[in-house]
Amino acid sequence: MGKFVRQLLPFGSLILIICTLSALKPDTFLTMDNFMNVLRRSSVNGIIAIGMTSIIISAGIDLSVGSMLALCGMVGAYAMIAIGGSDPQGGSFVIGTVLGIFVGVICGFLNGVLITKLKLQPFIVTLGSMSAFRGISYVMNNGQPYNVPGYKYLGEGIVLLWKTVEKTVVNTIDNTTTKEVLKILPPWGAVDNSMTGEGIEIVKHGIPISVIIFVVIVAIAGFLLKYSRLGRYTYAIGSNREAAFHAGVNVDRNLIYIYTFTGLLVGIAAMIATSRTVSAQPTAGIALELDIIAAVVIGGASLAGGRGTITGTIIGTLLISVLRNGCTLLGISTHIQLIVIGMIIILAVAVDQLAQTKTRELQA
Amino acid sequence: MTSTVESNRSDTGVSLRMTGISKSFGPVQALSDVSFNVRAGTVHALVGENGAGKSTLMKILAGVYRPDEGSIEIHDKPYTFDKPEQALAVGVSMIYQDLDLAEHLTVAENVFLGNEPVGVLPFTVDYHAMVNRTAELAGSFNFDIDPTAVVSDLSTGDCQVAAIIKALARKASIIVMDEPTSSLSETEVERLFEVVRRLRQSGISVVYISHRLEEIIGLADDVTVLRDGKVVHSESVTKLDIPQIVRYMVGRELTEFFPARDVKPGDIRVKIDNLSSDSRIEDVSFDIRSGEIVGMAGLVGAGRTEVARVIFGIDRKTSGSIVLDNEELSINSPADAISRGIAFLTEDRKRTGLCLGLACSWNVTIASLGLLGMKRIINPARENEIAADVGAQLSIKWLSPQAPVDSLSGGNQQKLLIARWLLAKSKFMIFDEPTRGIDVGAKKEVYSLLNRLAEEGKAILFISSELPELFGITDRIFVMRRGRLVGNLRTGETTQEEVMHLAAVEAN
Repeated sequence: MGKFVRQLLPFGSLILIICTLSALKPDTFLTMDNFMNVLRRSSVNGIIAIGMTSIIISAGIDLSVGSMLALCGMVGAYAMIAIGGSDPQGGSFVIGTVLGIFVGVICGFLNGVLITKLKLQPFIVTLGSMSAFRGISYVMNNGQPYNVPGYKYLGEGIVLLWKTVEKTVVNTIDNTTTKEVLKILPPWGAVDNSMTGEGIEIVKHGIPISVIIFVVIVAIAGFLLKYSRLGRYTYAIGSNREAAFHAGVNVDRNLIYIYTFTGLLVGIAAMIATSRTVSAQPTAGIALELDIIAAVVIGGASLAGGRGTITGTIIGTLLISVLRNGCTLLGISTHIQLIVIGMIIILAVAVDQLAQTKTRELQA
Repeated sequence: MTSTVESNRSDTGVSLRMTGISKSFGPVQALSDVSFNVRAGTVHALVGENGAGKSTLMKILAGVYRPDEGSIEIHDKPYTFDKPEQALAVGVSMIYQDLDLAEHLTVAENVFLGNEPVGVLPFTVDYHAMVNRTAELAGSFNFDIDPTAVVSDLSTGDCQVAAIIKALARKASIIVMDEPTSSLSETEVERLFEVVRRLRQSGISVVYISHRLEEIIGLADDVTVLRDGKVVHSESVTKLDIPQIVRYMVGRELTEFFPARDVKPGDIRVKIDNLSSDSRIEDVSFDIRSGEIVGMAGLVGAGRTEVARVIFGIDRKTSGSIVLDNEELSINSPADAISRGIAFLTEDRKRTGLCLGLACSWNVTIASLGLLGMKRIINPARENEIAADVGAQLSIKWLSPQAPVDSLSGGNQQKLLIARWLLAKSKFMIFDEPTRGIDVGAKKEVYSLLNRLAEEGKAILFISSELPELFGITDRIFVMRRGRLVGNLRTGETTQEEVMHLAAVEAN
């Protein structure tokens, strides 16, 4: 019952926020495009949050994900330019992407090995690697970004669902423009002459590639955490590391897997982020780890370990994204957004704590 | 049925009178109409199986819970406590099992924690006065303890003395001790009894909660037995014996406390040769036959748990060999040990046994997922079935296998851990204090479980600090002293005195 309540609360808040925003801004918020936009923005954070969830369940923490994101992007973009020249194309993108993701794997593996073999606290190790990864990202190009103008597929690519032919109409009275949909076409719909001309354009609609990647990762990670032995051991280690060890769990090896897995996800997220801005920024992902941890905690995971779910984390991630999106649509400044999100984090944990005390009292 | 104690003996006053106490948690009636009176300057034992309501009653006394009904009088004055500080202020002190001491502070600092004498300057602490007053207090009760010693360096027995001095510094007139001997060695137990007797002499009332009934017979003046939240008996201890108390506790006669053993030990299954380690194990050799239960006695710190830890691959062995079923094993981790058929039920259920917060079924299957055909992917339905099945075999009382393991009583948690090793198909099972802190009924079940495992041909090493249970269930008894195996005795041909002598007395 407790588990149900823990997920119900953030989920309820998410629905509440969506309903409120739909009522306030039906024409801009409640559109398929805006919905996809929110998902697209959530995908980078969401993918990393999946990894962070497994780490937090194991009673660990990874503060280095933001810097790792920058480093992966920088190495990936550097490889693209080194292979394909200043405006790389095709094959160099593939190699760069794979390499960027691989850097994430190495970084995560490194964190895991340091934590287990040197028996250091995850907080300390990843605090250190956070600084080191960021430093390397700056050093690589003297603090300058690497631009890869053609690298658009992961960030902007969509799986086409339908096309619309739209005409821009200028209202002569107040000089505003509105778009009028002339025709809706299936993806294979051919464009004919009636669809060209002054102010007429063809707009493509569909599911962003990054969202599809996100969904696939959610499905895989959700399955692993719930049904694999590794996932089970993750909970056991987080709940009681000593007990897990005494029950024959190879704690060190499993922790290294968990941190490496997170590194892999950060690598994937980094290449999506790079593609979205068509450049790798050494400043990418500063303070990102805090957003990620917030999403995981809002989703009901416990920093003490042993508790947390992928579903909860997705809800937490979406809650933050929808809130940001809604605030933007309502014209609330990003500064205020920070305050609101801060309060929600504290509120979520406080309510969770309260629910736990109540269930414990009932059990006593 | 209830005969009140103080009516028969009006020579001493009553320091604590709890009358008509009732308390429920949701639908569960934890206590109903409980009356509990403690005479001044006596030791009053409070006994009952786990879940009988002892802790709830004491938490009401300490101001942790508020009773639904009933009254509390201390030295004939009525009180209602809303929080623990109020109970402390009128002289009620609790000494819990885990002692509540700050490990990194000294004895004196602990004694005056939250109550420090102020130094010359404001906001400073007068350490000198603290140490002196602690020494004074210890001296006036003849306790032998160094006030400047850091708590983490002390033995459990010394920690207990420190906790008692802390209570005395707060002018306690009623001290509640919850299972104080559960982690003490025999000599430390004797010392604690001395301490308790001195408290009694100086007019302090001690409420003594223990599962060890022999202790109660030897120490207490009065006994109150709780069962299912009700007082079933309250009387002077001289009029009772252990079987009677047990009968009141369980509501039935435990005729055969230890199961009848008719297992004929078979071939040698386990052969340990010249085992040594850095953790003070020296040259330990023994063998155990299939179907044999061998006890291991010794004082706390004699190296009994360490032997188990080396065999189980937690501590590294520096020399020696471990042979199971004629095969020499190389073991570097618990995972290795488990895969070769060795089980180790650790002494600290909460710290090294259970993954609290997780489901019962998860806790049961964790050591044997690979063996159960779930090496990579877990089939929850099947896992549930397996857990329910083994749970029924061991009659574990749980709401369902998915219930969190925290919701089980201590005895059921212990049975769950035994179930874990049953599923792991262990051939050599080491049990370290498996009956610690569980109630009489559950103890009996654990004994018959051990017996059943032996009947199945497993080799069992049973580490225990309670000699009666060693004598009740084992075929042989090993005695450890200072990391060495100093005795290998046939249970039928030895006595508790001989075992204690070997364990405690240095041979020349």
